[in-house]
Amino acid sequence: MSEALLEVRNLVKHFPIGGGMFTKPVGVVRAIDGVSFTIRKGETLGLVGESGCGKTTTGRCILQLERPTSGSVVFEGVDMVTLDAAELRAVRRRVQVIFQDPYSSLNPRMTIGQMLAEPLKVHGIVRDKGERELRVRELLTQVGLLPQHAKRYPHQLSGGQRQRVGIARALAMEPSLIVCDEPVSALDVSIQAQIINLLEELQSRLGLTYLFIAHDLSVVRHISDRVAVMYLGKIAELADRKAIYEEPLHPYTRALLSAVPIPDPKIEAKRERTVLRGEVPSALNPPSGCVFHPRCPIAVDRCSAAIPPLREIRPGHWAACHLA
Amino acid sequence: MAASKETLEGLAQAESPRARWLQAVLDFTWQRPLGAIGAVIIVVMVLVALTAHWLAPFEALATDYGAMLAAPSAQHWLGTDAYGRDVYSRMIFGSRTALIVGLGASFIGATLGALIGVASAYFGGRIDLIVQRIMDVLISFPLIILALAVVAILGTGLENVILAIAIPMIPRCARVVRSSALAVREMPYVDAARAAGFRDSRIVLRHMLPNVMAPYLIMLTAFLGQAILLEASLSFLGLGVQEPVAAWGLMLRGAAVEFAETAPWMAFFPGLAISLAVFAFNLFGDSLRDALDPRLRTQ
Repeated sequence: MSEALLEVRNLVKHFPIGGGMFTKPVGVVRAIDGVSFTIRKGETLGLVGESGCGKTTTGRCILQLERPTSGSVVFEGVDMVTLDAAELRAVRRRVQVIFQDPYSSLNPRMTIGQMLAEPLKVHGIVRDKGERELRVRELLTQVGLLPQHAKRYPHQLSGGQRQRVGIARALAMEPSLIVCDEPVSALDVSIQAQIINLLEELQSRLGLTYLFIAHDLSVVRHISDRVAVMYLGKIAELADRKAIYEEPLHPYTRALLSAVPIPDPKIEAKRERTVLRGEVPSALNPPSGCVFHPRCPIAVDRCSAAIPPLREIRPGHWAACHLA
Repeated sequence: MAASKETLEGLAQAESPRARWLQAVLDFTWQRPLGAIGAVIIVVMVLVALTAHWLAPFEALATDYGAMLAAPSAQHWLGTDAYGRDVYSRMIFGSRTALIVGLGASFIGATLGALIGVASAYFGGRIDLIVQRIMDVLISFPLIILALAVVAILGTGLENVILAIAIPMIPRCARVVRSSALAVREMPYVDAARAAGFRDSRIVLRHMLPNVMAPYLIMLTAFLGQAILLEASLSFLGLGVQEPVAAWGLMLRGAAVEFAETAPWMAFFPGLAISLAVFAFNLFGDSLRDALDPRLRTQ
């Protein structure tokens, strides 16, 4: 594979709880606690995990919508964390985002055309007004909409159409990396497939790189080249799609995969399922050692004492488990 | 490509904006008749102010020393004041002062307040904390006290009165708009604008401000009545617009107090005009708030 486009190193984001002008915070939510991974040029990295595991926060930290507590986000050789507001504005063109909710991600007071033309104008990508209109039409057709949609307001479009507008808005900046934050989980299943296909088509045509955040394992399996599994602010396992779905090394990944239903009642009846006990611990007060040990079916004494590092157990297959 | 059925359905929904406006006005009239009455009075008032020169039988400053303190008659419909000026004509010209001060003050006050509120919500954190404490300090003064203080610093006169009324309104609007803006701040489209590398000023003005229009309009109309009342109060206290400008509050003071028993028309009719104007603006403002409120959630 080719070189790394984005390198996330030891990313940490802690949110203090409470605390005003004169009082100290009463606690800290460890939303992300030392996450590292790289995304290679042209690939799709799937980031999965259950609600609250920090996958969305990871995406927001990469976009610098949240400033990380520590760690670095190196994009095209530049550490975005160290940039000031003006320098960041220039880099932001190259890293774009598609949001989960197509209803609230579009400004209800702007037409689709205004929305797509704005970045072209602000960043001076297309300076001439007439050419800008042409480019907006082009963007709309690129995502499967009609040029007439430029005059519509978001409330006049369906969910699938709005998500296409969200994609067009990201494309307008001519980015190389797009963070897709659960781009299909708010859509109907039939529309999901259309959007996924559109994303794949755009990737091969424009050479885009995706960080695809989702909780739907089958969608991630379909679109990703490599998959990272997150649990409670840490990466549990990171490997090629095939390896992670066929030979998962981390007990959490195994439990996740066994929760995916198989559309065949005979196989479903026969197969053995790993059912996790208990709830996800609070990120306010994460367990000692391996964060997964209180729920792990194979945990030993060592797991509650020492934090397992993310190790390369087989070539390209990383897992954070003492027993892997 | 995939421009399928959903695309075509979206195109069919469009209707002309003018038809939608007309429908909205009709709905408002039907559902909130009191608000519509308020709106009619406001429209009449605006028309009167615009056509004052044709409507008024006398000039605002024309004196008739032959008919000082004259009772209402065929010539002077609502009587005359101590200088023989026609009360009816001065009331008509007075609507201009009321509207200019009312509109000017509430527009300036609500707009600056909305800007401060949205910016405060957008930047958040320490900036928000400091701005809001300053607003708290300003809000702790009653409207009239703060207005009096501003007049004391700036002096009297039309422009200063407008400012004096606008300034106490700023924190009140800022607070209401901020609470709506806090919700807008969390909308993904604001994140999208930040991720697009837009400047803070553009995000505040183009992406957030248009989405807090409903509370802004409500505050604006609610302030109109208050501003007119405040202008009348200031003028009555001698700290607002100055003689010989025709203003309702001014007509209540001076000779009107002295001759209240012998020439009650001098005070009665301008007082009625003030009450009616404030009443109309409040009726309309309340109804507008009710009409817009449920939409705050859905839009």
